[in-house]
Amino acid sequence: MVGITSFGAFVPRYRLSRMTVFMNMGWFNPVTMGVAQGEKAVANFDEDSITMAVSASLDCLKGRDRSQIDALYLASTSLPYRERQNAGIVATALDLKPGIRTADLTDCTKAGTSAMLAGLDNVKANGGNVLVASADCRLGRMGSLQEQVYGDAGAAVLLGSENVIAEFQGAYSLTYDFVDHYRSEDMQFDRSWEDRWVREQGYGQIIGEAVMGFLKKTKLPLDGFNKVIFNCPFTREHQAIAKKGKIAPDRLQANLFEQIGDAGAAQPLVMLAAALETSKPGDKLLLVGYGNGADALAFEVTPEIEKVRDRKGVKGHLAKRADLTAYTKYCVFRNLLPVDVQIRGEIEPPTSVTALWRNRRAVMAYVGSKCKKCGTPAYPPQAVCPNPKCKSMDEMEAYPFADKKGTIFSYTADMLAASIDPPAIYGIVDFEGGGRASIDFTDCTLEDVKVGLPVELSFRRKFVDHVRGISGYFWKAVPIVK
Amino acid sequence: MADGIKDKVAIVGMGCTTFGERWDKGPEDLMVESFKEALQDSGVDPKDIGAAWLGTCFEEIGVGKSAIPLSATLKLPFTPVSRVENFCASGTEAFRGAVYAVASGACKIALAMGVEKLKDIGYGGLPDFGAAMGTRARLISANMTAPGGFAMMATRYFAKYGLTPEQGKTAMAKISVKSHKNGAKNPKAHLRREVTVEQVLNAPVIAWPLGLFDCCGVSDGSACALVTTPEIAKSLRKDPVLVKALQIAGTSGEELATQSWDGAHVETTVQASRRAYAEAGIKNPREEISMMEVHDCFSITELATYEDLGISERGKAPNDINDGFYELTGKIPCQPDGGLKCFGHPIGASGLRMIYEMYKQLQGKAGERQIKNPRYGLTHNLGGFPASSVCSVAIVGL
Repeated sequence: MVGITSFGAFVPRYRLSRMTVFMNMGWFNPVTMGVAQGEKAVANFDEDSITMAVSASLDCLKGRDRSQIDALYLASTSLPYRERQNAGIVATALDLKPGIRTADLTDCTKAGTSAMLAGLDNVKANGGNVLVASADCRLGRMGSLQEQVYGDAGAAVLLGSENVIAEFQGAYSLTYDFVDHYRSEDMQFDRSWEDRWVREQGYGQIIGEAVMGFLKKTKLPLDGFNKVIFNCPFTREHQAIAKKGKIAPDRLQANLFEQIGDAGAAQPLVMLAAALETSKPGDKLLLVGYGNGADALAFEVTPEIEKVRDRKGVKGHLAKRADLTAYTKYCVFRNLLPVDVQIRGEIEPPTSVTALWRNRRAVMAYVGSKCKKCGTPAYPPQAVCPNPKCKSMDEMEAYPFADKKGTIFSYTADMLAASIDPPAIYGIVDFEGGGRASIDFTDCTLEDVKVGLPVELSFRRKFVDHVRGISGYFWKAVPIVK
Repeated sequence: MADGIKDKVAIVGMGCTTFGERWDKGPEDLMVESFKEALQDSGVDPKDIGAAWLGTCFEEIGVGKSAIPLSATLKLPFTPVSRVENFCASGTEAFRGAVYAVASGACKIALAMGVEKLKDIGYGGLPDFGAAMGTRARLISANMTAPGGFAMMATRYFAKYGLTPEQGKTAMAKISVKSHKNGAKNPKAHLRREVTVEQVLNAPVIAWPLGLFDCCGVSDGSACALVTTPEIAKSLRKDPVLVKALQIAGTSGEELATQSWDGAHVETTVQASRRAYAEAGIKNPREEISMMEVHDCFSITELATYEDLGISERGKAPNDINDGFYELTGKIPCQPDGGLKCFGHPIGASGLRMIYEMYKQLQGKAGERQIKNPRYGLTHNLGGFPASSVCSVAIVGL
């Protein structure tokens, strides 16, 4: 049996009300009122598609032995690097073994489902376990329809042949050079064609054609599916497409437009994760990924689903939210408006990739050291044991901290430190089992932070080196506020 | 224990510039200014200086690397010169080099020069630490500044001793109020205005819970000392000041790498001061120390230092502050010259500036700040952050 063996999702904490966007930019483009419902999920200033893919993967890999992962496919249309494999960064952050196959699948919003198909083929051909991670963080111009529609999120699925939670039933793919939107080499923003055409000829035609092709190929009946999962950010069109296929509203998976928005390549996987969260053994799911054609995939949920109920998933992340009340803050976070970082903020020491390579497990996977003689763990990794009674030299083994529970030992909120989101909140965290680190905090306010509060670690962008065009990634502590 | 440095070396002359925003003076000018005063004070001829040490921290925006700027600016005649740097403890580090040179017999007279030109960077606070902490730190350190690094000790202190933010901030505010009162009496101080507890409490927050008045002045300045043997010193002047102890302690890394440190004190201060008391033969510092200049980069640092030096009991510094114990009129006046808080903090010069005040007080030349019959003056110069520090403690006396 081949299929999904685990899943996870990530929705960034900040939500931007579409009415807030409209109040700021509606003067310029009044027709955006038509989509100004609900809110969109917005990546924090220290998040991008890579960090959100890591966060979703961590949710998916909870309790799993990561040494058993044989391949990682990363799907996104907004990957930070054009050359330097983004999947390789995700694999390093997850501390996967180096002996794995990785690939970035990108350039269209069906890349998420295409990555799943590639992963399923891989499992069928080679066995093993394939992690498919997806995330998108797309930009619309200020005042555009895309600005309102696009939302940021990630999702991940683990594919394999043991303990399958949703068995793969078959697939059908369709490819058209349907240019509803595009972004070429030098463009920062997507350029979209008239949305009436996109709705009718794009979503309206192509999704239906992919489903028909799938049904014909697999000879499965459409009314046999408990949930049909496809995205169309235009909610009325989404429902109209379902109606045309005689899919009752309770069998149509919600598009999450009013909670997240359109998370591009990740959206079908986010919606699949949401469907899996409420599914029962025996449920049949039809998943369609749309974009320059479409992929249709079918799954049947197994009793193993009961063993992965502890995922934070879409539901858990939607519950953990904070309003991004200022539209300008969103614009500054996404680098849409220049902000005065002052002279301190302009200082960018050179980024050394040799140092990064040497320290890759410490920096990217938050792996410290543990003394083989006395068991003292420490971060960053030490050569000499810091235990005053031990001080053994070169007797260390790798000790991962990223999954350890931490508590706040001390903290501050620093207005002097250069930050795009002042004050810079940081502190010292003590880890369960030993070890202590001075670390930046994120996804919190000063009011949230207290000595003794638990934290969990999250992979984030630490700095952007504008001069050399490279970002530094690292881990931050997220206070767990009840 | 080794013999130690007690009474082996004397300070024969000192100089200290006015600290502040010395927009019209470069670091070279500042070195000349303090050096000139030290020569006049001591009667030493520059050609008799056998070796010299330069303490400066942010050389990139100051004099530049090496000790060449020292010898070339002062036109020292091919004298042995070295530059030392130990973050904010760099000034005392230069002093240590000079004192040890004389004690070893390697030279008869040595110069310790500290200088820092901070106000050429164009923004408030110290220069950014981004590149100063090493290549790996760039990849993994928190986005930390000096006030933030010390503010964490304040949140920790409040938590450990059960102080509300109001109680904690008020105790710290009184420290700053005291230093402003002293600084106002000092013509060489950077900040010379008295402030009230209310002003301190209502100032903008720099790094919670530290507000603007919890932070020391960021200044340009220079201070220097000429040291020699007690015999030569007595031939040059009647009131040389003797070095009674000079200790330094660097972190063992335990504070941040294990969970043993409580975060509410600075362990290197404890270690360096205990060794200094032993070296000077001091049994009970609360009774025997007459006055001190401590590293009050932030009010919380001064508060913790009272306890770390073994003068206030653990958790009881706020009581001593309330009792006026550290006021100019108190049992052990602390920061009689205004401290880093008001005299200002040109990094490399600060350790020597502290010794300068003790020197002047011991000689009875501190004007309206004069402390009655001082015997032992203690200076405490801290580099780095509470979690990872290097600390110098010096004790001087007649």
